[in-house]
Amino acid sequence: MSNRKRSGFLFSAVCFGIAFLYIPMIMLIVYSFNKSKIVPVWGGFSTKWYGVLFESEPIWEAVSLSLKIATVNACFATILGTLAGLALVRFGSFKGRTLFSGMISAPLVMPEVITGLSLLLLFITLKEFIGWPDKRGFTTITIAHITFSMAYVAVIIQSRLAGMAQDLEEAAQDLGAKPFRVLIDITLPLLAPGMLAGWLLSFTLSLDDLIIASFVSGPGAVTLPMLIYSRVRLGLRPDINALATIIILVVAAGVLLAGYIMLRQQRQHELEQSMTAEESL
Amino acid sequence: MRIKVVFDNYAYLWEDDLYVKTYLSSIKISSISTLVCLLIGYPMAYAIVRSSHTTKHVLLMLIILPFWTSFLLRVYAWMGLLADQGTINDLLIALGIIDEPIRLLYTHFAVYVGIVYTYLPFMILPLYANMEKLDWTLLEAAEDLGARPLTTFITVTLPMTMPGVIAGSLLVFIPATGEYVIPDLLGGGNVLMIGRILYNEFNSNIDWPVASAVAIALLLVLVLPMMLYQYMQGKEYDAQ
Repeated sequence: MSNRKRSGFLFSAVCFGIAFLYIPMIMLIVYSFNKSKIVPVWGGFSTKWYGVLFESEPIWEAVSLSLKIATVNACFATILGTLAGLALVRFGSFKGRTLFSGMISAPLVMPEVITGLSLLLLFITLKEFIGWPDKRGFTTITIAHITFSMAYVAVIIQSRLAGMAQDLEEAAQDLGAKPFRVLIDITLPLLAPGMLAGWLLSFTLSLDDLIIASFVSGPGAVTLPMLIYSRVRLGLRPDINALATIIILVVAAGVLLAGYIMLRQQRQHELEQSMTAEESL
Repeated sequence: MRIKVVFDNYAYLWEDDLYVKTYLSSIKISSISTLVCLLIGYPMAYAIVRSSHTTKHVLLMLIILPFWTSFLLRVYAWMGLLADQGTINDLLIALGIIDEPIRLLYTHFAVYVGIVYTYLPFMILPLYANMEKLDWTLLEAAEDLGARPLTTFITVTLPMTMPGVIAGSLLVFIPATGEYVIPDLLGGGNVLMIGRILYNEFNSNIDWPVASAVAIALLLVLVLPMMLYQYMQGKEYDAQ
């Protein structure tokens, strides 16, 4: 294979892969503007399904429940995950460190059906012994989401801490700052971008979760994915296409914005570096 | 509350060959899907690593974006594409390749497509992370010394990228084996997968002891791949 043939092959591989990832989502958006009730049969352009969507009471209830759970989950998961990451990286090799780091990363690869079932059995046993939680819903779903979201946050914080030089923390310590002060004034501000990334990831994971929420939810508590799932199980629905379009556009706008900011920061960083390099010459 | 230990639930799993069949079918489906993800993802990750700075950034963002959108809705998108009156059948009929719609939705094929589609980013990103750290001058050295491209690939590139291949494969294989939504929405009643059996035991049959036994049996299948993944992550971490 010559060089040109090889780059031709790689180019088509990327094009195929990107097309494979995006064509289904584009079709989803196109059919949300379909006048016909039967999703894949084109009956002319219309935005009526968006109207149907906005008038639907259950959808608004599900959206508000999901957003509430996602917000509370993201805040708790960020705090707990950051503490776990700090303990694993900065506290040296304490007793049981391997066990802890294994337990922290297990939820990342655990099939959701197992996590969901085990949490449900835990809540039932707890109720049997201490009478709490007396009903399943918002609280149980939020606790379940925190348990797996904090694992993701811990991994992000761990990798950020590992790549971070310790000299600022050491300098503060040498100047007489107490450990707690070093944590508040030096370590946490340096970790802030990682914590923000962890918060956003936890928020998204919670909004996206169907299985675990279905296991630990009780009567009356229906999250957005649970609602979508109960509708699409019976077949294609144009109002769900409209909902999907809104979700995809919001996420795409967020990711593009984040990507743009990161690219700009990186450019600026490189520019500063090259300038200091020139000065030192 | 009194707890009595019995093993009846496990004996039940072993005796009813539906469960054994379902385990084998799950492992087969997730292995083949992992292989397909690797075949599509490897050249993509390679191409991304070798592209220019800005292109790399844009491509990575395009790979990550689907990961942030709803998993459930991406599976739903394939229901519209694969349906009897769906986009793919319409296209094939318009092109004159087929006369009547062929059954695509509610088949094994649909489940494979769904798993490969949703888990592809999990394959590409670890591969990319591994390839980015590689010393590409070794490839040039092999070429300078007269190795053919295929020889270079098998003796240099592939061994160097093996950690990425293993990490990506495990990240696809482990969750795919326990997958519930994809076989339920795209496979209909025809596709046996263990995650679905577990969910049905819990949800429709309300047989929680059997559901728990199914979960433990699934965990036994996955505990080795999960430990392998953790071991590799630990090694990676120490290398930093």
